[in-house]
Amino acid sequence: MKFTCLSKGGGFHFSPCHMLNVSGFRILLDCPLDLSSLALFSPVPVAHQAHESLDTDSVIRKKQKIEKTLDANDLVHAEPWYKTVKNLHLWDASFIDVVLISSPMGMLGLPFLTRTRDFSAKIYVTEASARIGQLLMEDLVSMHMELRQFYGPEDSCFPQWMRWEELEVLPSELRKIALGKDCEELGAWMPLYSAVDVKDCMRKVQTLKYAEEACYNGTLIVKAFSSGLEIGTCNWTINGPKKNIAYISSSIFVSMHAMDFDFLGLRGNDLIIYSDFSSLDKNMENDDTYFDPVTSSSGRDDVSNLEEMAASLLKDDESAEEIEKLVFICACALDSVRVGGSVLVPIDRLGVVLCLLEQMSLLLESSSLKVPIYIISSVAEELLAFTNIIPEWVCKQRQEKLFSGEPLFAHVKLIKERKIHVFPAVHSPELLTNWQEPCVVFCPNWSLRLGPVVHLLRHWCSDPNSLLVLESGVDADIALLPFKPMAMKVLQCSFLSGLSLQKVQPLLKILQPKLVLFPKDLSCKIQISEANMIFLFSENETLRIPSSKESTDIDIATDLASKFRWKTFKQETITRLEGELFMDHGKHRLLSGFQPANSKQQRPLVHWGSPDVKVLLTELSKMGISGTIKQVTDDAKSEDDAKSENAAAIIDIHDPEKALIDVRETDHIKISIQIIHGREFILYT
Amino acid sequence: MAIDSLVLGAGQEVGKSCVVVSINGKRIMFDCGMHMGYTDSRRYPDFSLISNTGDFDNALTCVVVTHFHLDHIGALPYFTEVCGYKGPIYMTYPTKALAPLMLEDYRKNMDRRGEDEQFTSDHITECMKKVIPVDLKQTVQVDKDLQIRAYYAGHVIGAAMFYAKVGDAAMVYTGDYNMTPDRHLGAAQIDRLQLDLVITESTYATTIRDSRYGREREFLKAVHTCIAAGGKVLIPTFALGRAQELCILLEDYWERMNLKVPIYFSAGLTIQANMYYKMLINWTSQKIKETYATRNAFDFKNVRNFDRSLINAPGPCVLFATPGMIVGGFSLEVFMQWAPSEMNLVTLPGYCVAGTIGHKLMSGKPTKIDLDKDTQIDVRCQIHQLSFSPHTDAKGIMDLVKFLSPKHAILVHGEKPKMATLKERIQSELGIPCYCPANNETVTVPSTHYVKADASETFIRSCLNPNFKFSTYSSVDKSYLDSKYSKAASGLQVSDERVAEGILVVEKGKKAKVIHQDELLLMLGDKKHEVQFAYCFPMHTERLQKTRTEELPSADTLLCDLDKCTLINQLSMKLSNELSDANILDLGEQLQVESFRVSICSKNSCPHRLSHSVHNDSESVFLCCHWSLRDEKLAWKIISIMKSSSPHTT
Repeated sequence: MKFTCLSKGGGFHFSPCHMLNVSGFRILLDCPLDLSSLALFSPVPVAHQAHESLDTDSVIRKKQKIEKTLDANDLVHAEPWYKTVKNLHLWDASFIDVVLISSPMGMLGLPFLTRTRDFSAKIYVTEASARIGQLLMEDLVSMHMELRQFYGPEDSCFPQWMRWEELEVLPSELRKIALGKDCEELGAWMPLYSAVDVKDCMRKVQTLKYAEEACYNGTLIVKAFSSGLEIGTCNWTINGPKKNIAYISSSIFVSMHAMDFDFLGLRGNDLIIYSDFSSLDKNMENDDTYFDPVTSSSGRDDVSNLEEMAASLLKDDESAEEIEKLVFICACALDSVRVGGSVLVPIDRLGVVLCLLEQMSLLLESSSLKVPIYIISSVAEELLAFTNIIPEWVCKQRQEKLFSGEPLFAHVKLIKERKIHVFPAVHSPELLTNWQEPCVVFCPNWSLRLGPVVHLLRHWCSDPNSLLVLESGVDADIALLPFKPMAMKVLQCSFLSGLSLQKVQPLLKILQPKLVLFPKDLSCKIQISEANMIFLFSENETLRIPSSKESTDIDIATDLASKFRWKTFKQETITRLEGELFMDHGKHRLLSGFQPANSKQQRPLVHWGSPDVKVLLTELSKMGISGTIKQVTDDAKSEDDAKSENAAAIIDIHDPEKALIDVRETDHIKISIQIIHGREFILYT
Repeated sequence: MAIDSLVLGAGQEVGKSCVVVSINGKRIMFDCGMHMGYTDSRRYPDFSLISNTGDFDNALTCVVVTHFHLDHIGALPYFTEVCGYKGPIYMTYPTKALAPLMLEDYRKNMDRRGEDEQFTSDHITECMKKVIPVDLKQTVQVDKDLQIRAYYAGHVIGAAMFYAKVGDAAMVYTGDYNMTPDRHLGAAQIDRLQLDLVITESTYATTIRDSRYGREREFLKAVHTCIAAGGKVLIPTFALGRAQELCILLEDYWERMNLKVPIYFSAGLTIQANMYYKMLINWTSQKIKETYATRNAFDFKNVRNFDRSLINAPGPCVLFATPGMIVGGFSLEVFMQWAPSEMNLVTLPGYCVAGTIGHKLMSGKPTKIDLDKDTQIDVRCQIHQLSFSPHTDAKGIMDLVKFLSPKHAILVHGEKPKMATLKERIQSELGIPCYCPANNETVTVPSTHYVKADASETFIRSCLNPNFKFSTYSSVDKSYLDSKYSKAASGLQVSDERVAEGILVVEKGKKAKVIHQDELLLMLGDKKHEVQFAYCFPMHTERLQKTRTEELPSADTLLCDLDKCTLINQLSMKLSNELSDANILDLGEQLQVESFRVSICSKNSCPHRLSHSVHNDSESVFLCCHWSLRDEKLAWKIISIMKSSSPHTT
C-alpha cells in the first residue's frame, strides 16, 4: 500500500486531500477547493478609477520593493480564478479508480476532475453530502456568474494577472496566496467550472447511506460512517482482501445537528489514516493546553472496559461550549440590533447556521424586538427544505423530533410564521418589498468576495452600530481590505471543526489499529502509545506501508471440500485443490467449477523426501527385484562439487535384468535416481 | 449447519405475522404482529414456543419489524412490556415514527369496544424507546456475528425487506412488499444476494393484476360522478398509507379538472400523519421525492379538517374517515348518516375482515344492515370497491424469488390453497424447494458454510495470471466412426487450471493453508527429489565407420562435431516423421523432446551403459538418453524408434 498526502488543507472549508494505493487501485480521498485564496481578488464594486490614476505611481513603488500597508488597489481586479489542490494536477486523473468524498466541502473541486477526458473513477459520496455539495457548487457558480457580469467574458484563456510581471509586483502577502510558499502553486489555479460541469459531475457520483456497503470491482468494500462534523460528512472504511483501512477525517464526537461521530463503526481495521488537521489551526492560539494531564488520565489503563471508554469520549463539554459560543454571538447580535445596527452573518457552515437561526429567533422573541431574519442565497430555500427531510442524517435529539412529529429544525415553523424570510438574491423583488432595517442577514460567502455579502458589507461597513460575524480562519485583514475603512464591528468566532488532540489517544485505544498514519505536523504535540506502529506523513511525500497480513483469507465451499482426496503425513494432511477461484465482495471463494475429465492424468507428480536406500532395496525385493548396495563415498562421476558424499549410493540390480540405481544428492538438493533398463519399476518414497 | 424457521404467525393465513429464525446460533424474530380477527389468546403469536421459561432476552438475539401495519407490529408492546423482552428491536425510521400512531389508535379502539386492555399508552411509549431505527441499505452489526440490512419494499411508507447474515449463512424476510410503484411509493428494490432462504409473503399467490391506471380511473370516475350530482363521498380508510395515496390521486385530479369540492380529513390523526409524511418524503417514490423543495407533495392544498357539524351540511364533499373497514369510530358514525341517500358513495378498501360492516357491504348488495339488536341502517348509497392493493401479485412474487434465487423458499402470509399452487410453481418453474408451514411449525433447511483457509500470496498471484495448457485430444465419438469426419473429432483442448496448482495443507491446531505447489516443499521443510532415467545404447552406422577410418588414429575416440550434428540431425528427422505431434528440439549436440534428452555419449565407460552387450564393438556410437519419470512412456517410444531406425541409416 502506498499513501501520499497531496494537501493538508486549511480549516473547515478546505479539506485535506490524499492519494492512496490499495490492492492495485488508486483512491483519491476528497477533492476540495481552496476558497480562501479568493481573497486575492477584488470584489467588483471597488473604486476602479482610483486604481487607474495611481497606476504609474504604484508601479514605481512596487518596483522599488517598498512594502507599504496593503490597500484595496493591490488586489487583483479580474474575474476570479479558483485554486484547486496544488499537487493533484501532478497526477493523471484517468488513472484514479475510486474517489471517496467525506464532506460537501470535499467535493467542490470535483467538477474539475470529472470533466477531464478519460476520467473514469467511481465516486462515492453520502447521499446528504452529495445533495448539499451540489447545492454549494450551484451556488458558487451562480455567485460567480453574477460577478462575471461586471468583468465581461474573458478574452484570452490566460489572464493578465497571471503574467509573471504582474505577479512579481504583487505585495508579498498576496503573492503568497497566488504562488504559495515555494512559488509552485500557480498551476493550481483554474477558471470556475460551469453549471453543466456540475450537473455532469453529479451524474457520475454514486450516493451511499451511512454504513451502506459499496463494492468496487468485487475487491474493495467501502463504507461511510458518520463523522459528526456536518450533516452527511463521513469517515471511510476500505476493506480489501489484505487490507482493512479506516480513514478519519475531521470528526466531532457530539454534534448539535449532524449524526454523532460513529467511531465504533471504524473498529476492527488494521490501519488508521488520521487526517483531522483541525487542531493544527487551533494550536496557533493556545499551544499549552494540549499537554495537560487530561491526556494521561483519560489514557489510563484501568479503563479497560470499552463501553466505558466510549462513553467517556462521548460525554464531553465540547458541545456545551459550542452552544455557549452561539449564545454569545446571538447576544452580540442583539446588542447591535438594539442600537439600530444590522447584523451580517456570512457563515457557510450549514449546521452552525441552522443552530444560529434557532438561537437567534428564540432570543429575538424573548427580547420582544421585531427584527426580521433574512437568508439570502440562490439555494437557501432548497437547502432549508432539504435539512428537514433527512431525519436519518441528524443527531439523536433531532431524530426524537421526528418520532414526536415535530420538524427537525425550527426554521420550518419560523418561515411559516414569517419570522425568517428566504430570498434567492439581493435584487429579488420580494426582498425589496419586505426589506427593513435593522435586520439579521445570513448569506454566503465567507470569503467576502462573492455573493450577497459583498453588497451588504459595502452597505453597512461604515455603520459603527452594525456587526459582522466572521468565522475564524479567515484572514480578516485581507478579507476586509476592499471595504476599508471599516466602522462596522467585527466578531470573529471559531467553531469546533474536528477532534481535539487529547481525544486522539483514547480514540486509538478503542479502535486498536496495528498501524497508524499520523500527520507529522501534529506528531510533536501528542504522544501516541507504542502499541501502535506509527508512520508520520507530510505533504507530497509517498509512504510505503508494509502489508500487515501475510496471507489472504479464502473460503472453500463445503461441497467442494468434501470431494478432496486427502493424503496424510506425519503432521499435515494435504490435498490438491480443485474448482474455480472467485473474487466476490472482497473475498476469495473457491467454488466447484467445470473440470475436464482427463485433468488428473496430465498433472505432474511432485516427489520429495530423501529415500532410504535400504528401505528401497527391501521394497524392491518384495517385488522380485534384487540388487546390492554399492556404497560410493565420493561421487567422482558427478561433475558437481563433492558436497554430497554422505547421501550418494548406487544400487546394483541383477535380477530380473541388470540395472543400476544411483541415489545421490546434487548441489541443488535434488535427488536423482538413475536407472538403466529398469523397465517395470515402481518407486516408493 | 441449518436454518430453523419457527412460524409463530401468518402460517397459511393472513394476520399476526411472526417468524423466529435460528441461524448459526443467532435467533431473530421477524415481525411481531397481531391477528385482527380474534379477541382471545389467538390474537397474539404463541411466544411460549420461543422460551417456555419466559427468558426472551437470552432466547432471542433481536427483533426485526418490517412495517407499521398491526398484523406485523401489533403484538410488540405486549411482547416487550408484558412478556418482558428487553433486547434490541430494529425497524426503519418511518416505521418507528408511525408505529406509535397505529398502536395508539388500535389501543383506543380496543378500549372503546370494552375489551380488556392488553397494553397501555405508556407501554407503547416505553416499547418504542427500545427501538433502534435503521436506514435502507445500512449494514447494521447487531453483534459480532449478526448483520442485518433493510431493503425498500414499497407496500407502505417505511416498509422494508430484511436481510440477515450470520457467518456464511444468509436469508431474506420480505414482510409485505409491492413490486410495482404506486401513487406515492416506489417498487421494492433489493440487491442480488447469495441466500440460503427467502421467506416471502403470498397474499396474492395466484392473482395476476392488470394495470393500476384503469382501476384508478374507475375510482376517480365514480367519485366525480357522485360529487357532480351533489352527493357526498365517504372514503373509510386508515390514516396512514392508503389515505395519503388516494389523497395524492384526488389532489392531482382536482387540479386537472379544476374542481373546488372540499376534501376533508376526519381526524387530526391524518393531518398529523401528513406531517410525518412530509419529513419522510425521502422514503416515497422518486417523483414525489423531487417535490420537496418547491411544494412538498404531502402539503395538500384542497384538504381541510372535518368537523362533526359538517356531516349534514348541504353540498358535495369527499371525506376520509377512520377506521377503514367501518368497524366503529367516526367512519361508522358518518356511514349511518350518509348510507340512506342514494346520491352518496362509499368506497371500500380491497380487503375487509369478516364480521365488519365493510365485509357485509362487499358481499352482495344489502339494503339493510343490522348494527346491533336495536339499530338498523338503510343502505341505499352506491358502493365502490377499491381494487388496488399495496401487495405484490403472483408474478411479482415469482419475479422476486427468481431474482434472489435462494436455495430454499418459505411462503407465509397467504391463504392455504393459493399458497399450495404458488409453492408448486416455485418448485417446478424455478427448481427451488419451497415450503408453506402452518402456525407453530418449524421448517429446517441446510445453510451454506465455507471452510476457511489462509491463501499464500504466490497462490493468489498465480491464480490471477492465465495459465493455459494446450493438449490434443481425440474423442472416440461413435457417431462419426463410420464417416469420413471421424478425424475432425480430434482437436486442441485448452484448459486453464490455475486452482489445480494450489495445495491445501491442514495441520492439527492450525488454520488450513492454501499454498502454491512450488511452496509445498519449503513449507514441509523437505527436499524435492526427481526420478530420472538414463539409458545408454549403442548404434551402428556404416557411414560413421567410414569417416572413422579416414581419420587419424589419435582422433579415433572423438567424433568431430560435424558428425555428431549430422547424426543428431538424422535422428531428428526420423523422429519427426514418426512422432507427428511431438515438439522436437534439435539443439545441435543433443535432441530434446519434453524432458527426454539424447546425446552422443563420449565417455568410455558410461555408468548407464549395459557394458557386456556391445563391449566388443568399438565402431558403434553410443547414444546416452536421460528423461524424467513423467515422460517415461514417451522415452521408451523414442528409444524403440531410434533402435529400429539404426539399421536403416547404415
